[in-house]
Amino acid sequence: MAEKPAVGCKRPSAKVAKSPEETQQPETPVTQGEQHMIQIGQKAPDFTAPAYFNNEFTEVKLSDHLGKWVVLCFYPGDFTFV
Amino acid sequence: MLSMSVDSMFVHKMWVDKELSKMVTAKTVPFPMLSDGGGSIGKIYGVYDKDEGVDIRGRFLIDPDGIIQAYEMVAPPVGRNIPETLRQIQAFQLVREGKGTKATPSGWRPGKTVLEPGPDLVGNVWKVWTVDQAFD
Repeated sequence: MAEKPAVGCKRPSAKVAKSPEETQQPETPVTQGEQHMIQIGQKAPDFTAPAYFNNEFTEVKLSDHLGKWVVLCFYPGDFTFV
Repeated sequence: MLSMSVDSMFVHKMWVDKELSKMVTAKTVPFPMLSDGGGSIGKIYGVYDKDEGVDIRGRFLIDPDGIIQAYEMVAPPVGRNIPETLRQIQAFQLVREGKGTKATPSGWRPGKTVLEPGPDLVGNVWKVWTVDQAFD
């Protein structure tokens, strides 16, 4: 878990971590149907995201959890019943 | 364990306070609830539904080296099977400890037959494993 984000009126947003090469290179146009998809055996894309945990607002970086098994669960929305 | 939806962390707090805290004995959610506003992370994980503007029910198992070992995608109205996720983690941990010498057959649970793939096992799985072991 990284440092706590400042809690202001602005809604903090998640950020996908990019490798140095990716940030330096100009955007390569991605042709339709050739989109990068998740594959078994590949590195999980790293990210940093604002989080709520133990009654605190904090920030979570996926790569901070290296060395442990991680279950990453997406769900459609808070209060959505299931 | 990390959970993630497009809701803000403020809404996560309200959900914990108003509902989830009444459902769990710990009175609090024991893992960080992450916010994916705009679905930027959901997009790279292939779980973002742009028409609905939400991340669908995707579940990824990531090993200690940061490698994706398993994933599951379920449409919103159907919930997950938590024991299956735990079973898969137990199986992957056993396989990892075995450093390539072990494999878990269908329906494996701790205590059930573990296979040791190799020349001697080719064509001989039927001698060490039966179909009824695929079921509980």
